[in-house]
Amino acid sequence: MAYFNINHHQHSEDLLIVGKRDINQSYYVLTLKSSYQFPLIEPGQFVNVLVDNSPTTFLRRPISIYDVDFEQSTIDLLILKAGDGTRKLAEKNIGDMVNLLFPLGRGFTCDASVGKVLMIGGGVGLAPLLFLGKQLVNEGVEVHTLIGGRSKDYIIEMEKFELLGKVYISTDDGSFGEKGLLTANSIISELSAFDKVFTCGPDPMMKAVALLCDAYGVSCEVSLENLMACGIGSCLCCVEDTVDGHKCACTDGPVFNTKLLKWI
Amino acid sequence: MMNLKVNIGNLEIKNPVMTASGTFGYGPEFDPYIDINRLGGIVVKGTTLHHREGNAYPRMAETPSGMLNSVGLQNKGVDVFCNEIYPEIKHYNTAIFVNVSGSTVEEYIETAARINELDHIPGIELNISCPNVKEGGMAFGTSCPSAVAVTHAVRQVYHKSLMVKLSPNVTNIAEIAKAVQDVGADSVSLINTLLGMAINAETRRPALSTITGGLSGPAVKPIALRMVWQVAQAVKIPIIGMGGIMNATDAIEFLLAGATAVQVGTANFIDPTVTIKVLEGIEAYMLRHGISDVNELVGGMRA
Repeated sequence: MAYFNINHHQHSEDLLIVGKRDINQSYYVLTLKSSYQFPLIEPGQFVNVLVDNSPTTFLRRPISIYDVDFEQSTIDLLILKAGDGTRKLAEKNIGDMVNLLFPLGRGFTCDASVGKVLMIGGGVGLAPLLFLGKQLVNEGVEVHTLIGGRSKDYIIEMEKFELLGKVYISTDDGSFGEKGLLTANSIISELSAFDKVFTCGPDPMMKAVALLCDAYGVSCEVSLENLMACGIGSCLCCVEDTVDGHKCACTDGPVFNTKLLKWI
Repeated sequence: MMNLKVNIGNLEIKNPVMTASGTFGYGPEFDPYIDINRLGGIVVKGTTLHHREGNAYPRMAETPSGMLNSVGLQNKGVDVFCNEIYPEIKHYNTAIFVNVSGSTVEEYIETAARINELDHIPGIELNISCPNVKEGGMAFGTSCPSAVAVTHAVRQVYHKSLMVKLSPNVTNIAEIAKAVQDVGADSVSLINTLLGMAINAETRRPALSTITGGLSGPAVKPIALRMVWQVAQAVKIPIIGMGGIMNATDAIEFLLAGATAVQVGTANFIDPTVTIKVLEGIEAYMLRHGISDVNELVGGMRA
């Protein structure tokens, strides 16, 4: 087997902002259009966005791919204003260009080998799950989604997931859905009815989900959000400790099966 | 006809643009973005005798106009390099240097000797300046006697181009450059990263698992440029300059300060095509200034 397994679909390209939708004060969706036909893009892959060369946003920002329209050659990014980079990106307008490296990383296992899946998203961790859910539904898979957030304002884009299948909600303060952490949602007690769990969110949440899946004997894939510099496997900064040693979240992930991680 | 060729000791490279170790993987990572064969040379990831897992995550922090890293020489060891990696990179038509590091002089010797046997590797970059390992690394590069000891020892077993990568974390870098020149280094490359640190005030925790790490990026360029200039006054062997080079203008400044070639490092993370832009920018500069030979720029700063 070759030592290097390079994804030759990845490239650097200036994309045009053709859509910008503010969801609320914290979240927005950018729609970026390519002049070319997209290469293969898998759910769970990400883009590395050049914000600008300001001193505080020196490195690119890795952002999950929220949705892809292959006919229009557009890509949607669901972004949380978390720091300087994502705030500066939010100042961009329709008509501006943004440089991306994409598509990067290895995505979710997305095939019809599973019959029924539960996608679990916390906060902006919802982002990589929409495109995944759409693809799974196309494959004939039954898709359920569990969404968690601090309060009602943090539960976003629910209607997009309702188009895919059943949606369950948990908020910390009980302002919407069940009160408490999403790991305490009543659907969790039925975990063993699912063939697979896909999750993305804050680290403690994903770790709690991984433990639950292990307890219920359900296979679980997580999308990690480790800090990255290059996004293409050259700097070795974003490593995750796995049963095979340090692996780059950018090229060996960002999606990992939790049985490979040292979380359990 | 414009000449871009430069000589690093006995080794001629096609142009002065190289990549810095630890920022360019082994090369194939950049195949989707650029034609690596256009580069003067590449310096592949730091290689040690034994496999190293490197330091714990987090090992990177963004800082103003730069970044800190504490990767800690994660690599599979020289055997995997020779048997699995080398066969997949030896086809590149560019000067491949292997960055060699070790915890002891014996490890440096053994690793260098192994790489000496590889036909398509014309040189090594002796890393006596890594700030992110507990043993060896920078410890060898911060005093003249230890820098001399490891360079001299490796020189006995390594018969191709020997580049020594110097640490900026010293009082007098020119002294160390001269010392390694005197025991047989063919060239010196500088600077490795500057020891730094970052703290998250909200969590009160260090940004890096190792607390300290190496600073790189444009933030370090003025220091790097100064050190290249100082070393150029002290040695006769070629200098490969690096430290925050983001574009052709930066690269030309290093040549003017006395570097024969440059290495582009952290900029590869921002733009994986940057090396080609640096190369083309140097050509454009030469055209604009009526310079036919890039060597005219080396040490060409006016008084």
